[in-house]
Amino acid sequence: MSEADPVETFRQEAQDLLEQIEQGLLDLAHRPGDKALVDAVFRGLHTLKGSGAMFGFDALAAFTHHCETAFDRVRKGQAPATPELVAAVLAAQDHMRALAEGRDAPDSAGQALLNRLQRAVDGAGESPAAIPEGPPLNRFAIRFSLPADALANGTRPLPLIDELRELGECQVTAITDQVPPLEALNPTDCHLAWEVFLATEHSRSAIEDVFIFVIDDMTLEIEEVVSGLSDESEPEPEPELELASPPTAEASPASAPGEPVAESKAARSSETVRVPAERLDELMDRVGELVIAQSRLKQVAAGSIDPNLRAVSEEIERLASELRDTMMVVRMVPIAQLFGRFRRLIHDLARDTGKSIELSTEGETTELDKTVIERLADPLVHLIRNAADHGLEAPEQRLAAGKAATGQIRLAARQSGAEVIITITDDGRGVDRARVRAKAEENGLIAPGAVLSDGELLQLIFHPGFSTASAITNLSGRGVGMDVVKRTIEGLRGAIEMTSEPGKGSEISLRIPLTLAIIDGLMVRVGQGRYVIPLAAVEECVELSAEQDVRSTGRSLITLRDQLVPFIRLREQFKTGTSPDPHQKVVVVATGQERVGLVVDQILGDHQTVIKSLSSFHDDVEVFSGATILGDGGVALILDVAHLVASGQRQDAQQLRAAG
Amino acid sequence: MGEAWQVLTFDLAGETFALEAGHVREVLDLMPETAVPGAAPFVSAVINFRGRVIPLADLRLAFEMGKGAATIDSRVVVIEYELDGAPALIGLRADKVHEVTTIEMSETEDVPRVGLRWRTDFIRRLAKRDGDLIVVPDLDQIFTTRGGARGAVVPLTTA
Repeated sequence: MSEADPVETFRQEAQDLLEQIEQGLLDLAHRPGDKALVDAVFRGLHTLKGSGAMFGFDALAAFTHHCETAFDRVRKGQAPATPELVAAVLAAQDHMRALAEGRDAPDSAGQALLNRLQRAVDGAGESPAAIPEGPPLNRFAIRFSLPADALANGTRPLPLIDELRELGECQVTAITDQVPPLEALNPTDCHLAWEVFLATEHSRSAIEDVFIFVIDDMTLEIEEVVSGLSDESEPEPEPELELASPPTAEASPASAPGEPVAESKAARSSETVRVPAERLDELMDRVGELVIAQSRLKQVAAGSIDPNLRAVSEEIERLASELRDTMMVVRMVPIAQLFGRFRRLIHDLARDTGKSIELSTEGETTELDKTVIERLADPLVHLIRNAADHGLEAPEQRLAAGKAATGQIRLAARQSGAEVIITITDDGRGVDRARVRAKAEENGLIAPGAVLSDGELLQLIFHPGFSTASAITNLSGRGVGMDVVKRTIEGLRGAIEMTSEPGKGSEISLRIPLTLAIIDGLMVRVGQGRYVIPLAAVEECVELSAEQDVRSTGRSLITLRDQLVPFIRLREQFKTGTSPDPHQKVVVVATGQERVGLVVDQILGDHQTVIKSLSSFHDDVEVFSGATILGDGGVALILDVAHLVASGQRQDAQQLRAAG
Repeated sequence: MGEAWQVLTFDLAGETFALEAGHVREVLDLMPETAVPGAAPFVSAVINFRGRVIPLADLRLAFEMGKGAATIDSRVVVIEYELDGAPALIGLRADKVHEVTTIEMSETEDVPRVGLRWRTDFIRRLAKRDGDLIVVPDLDQIFTTRGGARGAVVPLTTA
């Protein structure tokens, strides 16, 4: 099946590698001197080349090889990481992505990219004070041996020796002391060691770099042979300092020159397990069922006098809730994964629009359910495009308005209760109210001259088919837009809100539940039925006094701390046919700024809920977003708060119209 | 010609119906059900089937028989069926479940155009057995129209 398909595995690995490379490159654009970044990018390219060749992606391997060669010069300090170079490698990286995905990528395009890369490297290498020509030669005695199983693991000594040869003049001797007698010889083992005398203009670190990918398992001794003119030929001290561990003396095999921290970090992060998302979902389902079974057990135990049963029940309750918490954490990934993708987007957008854009991010460690993260990607891309295309002005306009030429787009995420709030802020021109109004009137969304609050006006932007872009650009303004974003966010049981100040910029905030699988809910009773209201949306519960009940029959509004809040009688909405309880309650729910009261017969308490989706038979019933199974085996429906609030607001507007 | 159907037969309002046995997952005793306010009457409730929330459909309403009271024989037949492109579990109410049996194709006949009280497009075949009539309902048609809840289907051919 797919998970066992090595090519698919490679593709996934390539995706990750390319993403790493991209991140490295983008960071490099800001910190061109950071050697750790250069090394990281180089390692990424090298690994990609290696595994590409292993899985038969020869074109990819060949192409990557050239990029690697170019980047190698940066790494060796022969060329600085200029913006042109970074841009060239970024472009090349797209080509690699195409090759890795097996898409059609013409060779000519690849060649053009390589030429560009070459120019960037050459140009870069010459401009700054280049390395002085013909530095005095250093002489090294190098002894190295590989572990016995190196050949079986795919390490080949010959290319290593070839690489040493590239550094300078070499004398290579094979040491055969360790080769066993023929009868004891295992032909697949590596018994040879090598001794190399090297005269090179490079420093010790260049030699160590040759072995960079095998150094963990091998033994390597590098000894500098001091010759007559050595006083000046002391290799540049800098790399020595960085690699503090190997002093001029022999490095003992046990403490073979350890790579700096970056390497060990990479090793640690590779201890992760890749699991198909469906398996996690299945596991989550099982955990959900366990929680349900456990709460049934709890009810049985509560009705029993057997202390053992009670003890076991409590034990299982504790375990089940721990298991559920663990399971939740397993599905959580930091939002940095998502934000990371947008840096490239901004880079491209800046190029395409000719605007200067800077992206800043905040709260990247905020965690969200993996499924949610994936489904957020498209809407966020759209919102960022909008901000860059419509929000930010061209540099001249910005300067004229007294702002910095570079536009700012800020992405921030933070957790607030059971929700994550993601905001996209730009410091652009803000929403042009007059244009929104004109457009809405033109499209017949509102009557000409209709009185609207500022919030309502801004909400029009999310109306289907609404687009203020007068010219259709490559980026946005294709008419599918904010309404799709809104639908997607609502599909995640989230909400979207916009504030905008003319001339100062706009802010869009998304409120997203932490997970799609479990919610904390408030269980209520309406007639005979039990329903769950997502707790994150609940603001408060108040009693609906008989007096208010009577007074409000005409207009369904209650006064809540001097504010009028429309309410919906769920008993009427659900046509229960029952008479109201004497002490009805109003549960005030909100999405964003809008509030609505839900009149219920009884509040039963809070309830942690595993969400089950309803079948497509019930697609048309928009009031419910799902269902859940209760401890007694019954089913309770989960109310869709966003939908209820919207219909409450609509009803309110109608009543106001009818009233005056 | 020797084609045969393995079917499960059951009663609805005194008539015998048959479902292809391959679709049937399980036959359950009546269980607590949860009404879905605002849903089509044909699928007005959901039930908990082994930890999953599945819709409970009432074929009687598709055949305009009216709701019947639950009896000691009432059952829910859970079937697995393709619903809008994805396999789904659906519970069907039954007044009484009989047996799994074989219907020979030769025992069946096309649905007569006239003489039936029911919507003919909801019936796939009719079978005769021991003087009794067995109705094989057309679940595709019934499910896509939500049991006819979305208004009567106007026949395309008019002449």
